[in-house]
Order: sequence, then structure tokens, then C-alpha cells
Amino acid sequence: MFEAVAFYLFAFLTITMFYITVTTSQALYALSALAAGMIFISAFFFILGADFLGAVQIIVYTGAVMALYAFGMMFFDTTREVKENHGNKYIVVALGTLAAVLVVVIFAAPMVSTNMQAFYPMTEGAGNTEMVGMVLFTKYLVPFEVAAFMLLVAMIAGIVLAGKKMDLSLTIMNAEEIQASEDEKNKKVLS
Amino acid sequence: MDNAYLIETVIKVVVILLVFSALAGIGTYFERKILAFMQRRLGPMNVGPYGLLQVAADGIKLFAKEDIIPSGVVVPIFKIAPVITAATAFMAAAAIPFLPSFTVFGYEVHPIVADINIGILYVLGVMAIGLFGPLLGGMASANKFALLSAARAAAVFISYEVVTGLAALAPIMMVGSLSLIDFNNYQIENGWIVWSQPVAFILFWIAAFAETGRTPFHLIANDHEIIDGFGTEYSGMRWGLFFIGEYANMFFISFVIPIIFLGGFGDGTVLGAFALLGKMAFFFFFFLWTRAAWPDVRPDQLMWLCWKVLMPLAVINVVITGFVMMF
Repeated sequence: MFEAVAFYLFAFLTITMFYITVTTSQALYALSALAAGMIFISAFFFILGADFLGAVQIIVYTGAVMALYAFGMMFFDTTREVKENHGNKYIVVALGTLAAVLVVVIFAAPMVSTNMQAFYPMTEGAGNTEMVGMVLFTKYLVPFEVAAFMLLVAMIAGIVLAGKKMDLSLTIMNAEEIQASEDEKNKKVLS
Repeated sequence: MDNAYLIETVIKVVVILLVFSALAGIGTYFERKILAFMQRRLGPMNVGPYGLLQVAADGIKLFAKEDIIPSGVVVPIFKIAPVITAATAFMAAAAIPFLPSFTVFGYEVHPIVADINIGILYVLGVMAIGLFGPLLGGMASANKFALLSAARAAAVFISYEVVTGLAALAPIMMVGSLSLIDFNNYQIENGWIVWSQPVAFILFWIAAFAETGRTPFHLIANDHEIIDGFGTEYSGMRWGLFFIGEYANMFFISFVIPIIFLGGFGDGTVLGAFALLGKMAFFFFFFLWTRAAWPDVRPDQLMWLCWKVLMPLAVINVVITGFVMMF
């Protein structure tokens, strides 16, 4: 009973939040609603007993990804409404409906034909954190390591792109040094 | 799910909410008194004996004050931001074992709302969500100082979350579980983790100051340069909620540090329970002590400390722990 109530409650909340995210023209509403939606999704993991994935969902999506979005939003005035360029509404609705139907069909098809089987039987005595670890480091070891490698490459690229003049700090330079660095910059522009 | 469990859980939630809301108020009294004694003042003295009723006076003032909503703000977000800070602080408490289990009228009580097997991950994750209080409050305020504070909040929280996570990872590897109860039981048999993981302990402790936004990392609401940061436009109880969230967070992190590193409540005797409360009190006192003794660091020093000192140390610590455990 509790599970059913929780499921419908969080399903309703999640859809409402993402609906607000898509339809609002106020950037802050979109940000908050998206963050809330991400948290409500983690409820489904908790209901299904996948505690570890639920906590990771909260930490990664809400704690890290949303905060980075917020960083990006610092560059414009979030208290004003965004003027949006609305295209053809019918195409948007049609494509949205089509995508939703497709997703439902893709996930429902194996269930309808009862053609679903578990590849990995439950390990006795292992909690769900351990189970995630076992699958990740046996069956999915290569994709996992490749993903890790790609993230490393992305991180190094990010540092290289953003790291120019990283040791330069305007707060600890005195006026002459700041002037000198300004002149340096101007010289490059002029020449 | 039987009724007894449901009733027990509801009672525990209510007790934790009431106790820690009250403690947040009393925490401000302790802070003012301790700061005052360290600075050769008397602190609050006029309201009640030794100023003890100052807490009640402040509470009444905050509740009775006009709740001003400035005209330029994004109203719903502005209103909900303080609630996020307070709510996430209390949500984190759900997985913290405050005392060893005890028996009341023949009924065994576990003073933890939910002993989920990912306890520490949950506590750190939900505390990280507390970032959205200052962030949304600052961005919705339509105020330059508030926006600066929001930017700093995002930077500080994300950066120090990394240090907290990596520092906690080494003890997690040793214990082999994420449940805080398991941490406690592991330390009964193998001694306190702080003796084998001193570096992780120090790193976690330092990061705790950033996660709770306390001096010397009190940049998100630094009085002398950005007024009250995200709290500049707030008044009355909404501002008070930010405060309750901050103090509740301080109390909860003061519980988490001893449970992870300093043996928690031990084998569950009355002595162990008092020992945990004593350790908690020490860590809470240390927050106040630091505030009295240290100046704030600059934002660039804060980032430097996180990414060039603490994070490499934490990573090296994890690697060494891994090697020691393997061979």
C-alpha cells in the first residue's frame, strides 16, 4: 500500500516538475523545478530497493550537475523572464507525443511478450551496493574503464582550456603589476 | 509494515525535529557566550539569568518581525530557499544514529530514523543538496551581494564535496560498508579509525567547515565584504530558517565526525552514549573556537587549498589505503 501511494505521489510530482521546467520562461523556475524533479526521481530507486543508485542520483544530478547549470546561469539576469522564440507548436506536440509513445513501446514490449529474463542472478548475502560493484567490475568492466578514461581526457582538456594564467591572481598583485599585465594585453591587441 | 514501527518512526522524526530546532536556538546562545568569553566580554546578560532567555527573546523577535518580500525578487523561489536549507539539514539527520539503542518499558528503541545501508552516502548527499538554499536564495534576491554569495556557495560546496567524499572513502574501504551503524561496530573490534586514518580525519574535519559555511571558510556570507550574502534581502523568520539550517548542519556534522572516526557510541553502554554526546559537544565547540581564533581566508586561497592541497592529499590517502589493504 505504502509503495503504491509513494509511487503515484512521486510520479505525479516528477511529471509536474519536469512540465514546469519545459514550459516556464523564467530561468530560475526551470532550474529549481529540474533540481526538484531529479530528487523526486531518486524516490523511485528507493521504492525499488536500489538505495545506492538513489543516493548517487541525488549526489550526481542534483548536487553536481544542477549546481553547474546554476554556475552557467550566473552570467545572465535570472530575475527577468526569457523571451523565447516559439516555433510551430503542432510539430513540438507531435514530436513529443511520438517520442513518449516510442519510449513506452520500447520498454513495454519485452514485458508484454514476457520475454524478459535476468542475466545476473541475485548473489546471496550481498547488499545492493555490493551488487552494483560486482556487475560493474565484472560484466561492465571495459565500458566502465573507458568511461573513466574519457572523463579523465575531458578533465585534462578542461584544465588546459581554462588553466591559462591560473596562477595570476588580481587580489595579490599590486597596482604596478596589474598595470603591467594590462599593458601587456593591450600591446598584443595593438600589434 | 506494522503499526508499531510506523508510530515509532513518526515519534522519532518529531523528537529529532523538536530537539534540533531548539538546539539550533541554544547553539546561537552558546556561540555568543563562547565568543564573548574568548574576547573578554560577557555576551548576552540582560534577558534572564546569564542571558539564558536571550534565545526565547530572539525567537519571539524573529517570529514577530515583518516578513518583507522586496519588489524585484523572484517571489516563489525567494520564499522557498530558506525552507530548502532547513529541510535538507533535517533530512540528513534521518540516517544518523544519535545514541545506542536502549529499552523503554520493554520496547527496544533505535535512535536512528532509518538504518539504510548507504547511511554515510545519504548524509553527505543530502547535506550537499543544502547548497540550493544559499544558491537559489542568492539568485532570486536581485541583489549584487546575494548573487556574489550564491556564486561562492556553488563553488565552495562543489569543491569541498569532493574533499569530503574522498576523505570518507578511505574509512569506507576499511569498513566495507556505508552504514553508520556498521562504522560504529567496526570500531568496537578494531579500535578507532582515526588512528589508522589520521589524514582522512583531518581532511574531513577541514571540509566540514566548508560544508557548514563556518569561519575560516565563511565566505558565502562574509559580513565585511558582501554584507550577509544570500541573506541580505531576507528578514524575519525566513532569515531565521537559514540560521536554523546552518546550526542544525553544524550539530549533525559534529555527530557524523565522531561516528566515522572516533568510535561513535562504542559498545552501546550509557557511558558510550555520553561519550558520543561529549565528542559531539567538543566538535561543536571547536567550530566556535575557530571562529574566535581565525580570520577568514580569501576565496582564491580557499579554492587553492581545496584543489591543490586537500584533494591531492585525499587521493594519495585513498591510494595508499588501497595498497595497504591489498598487500
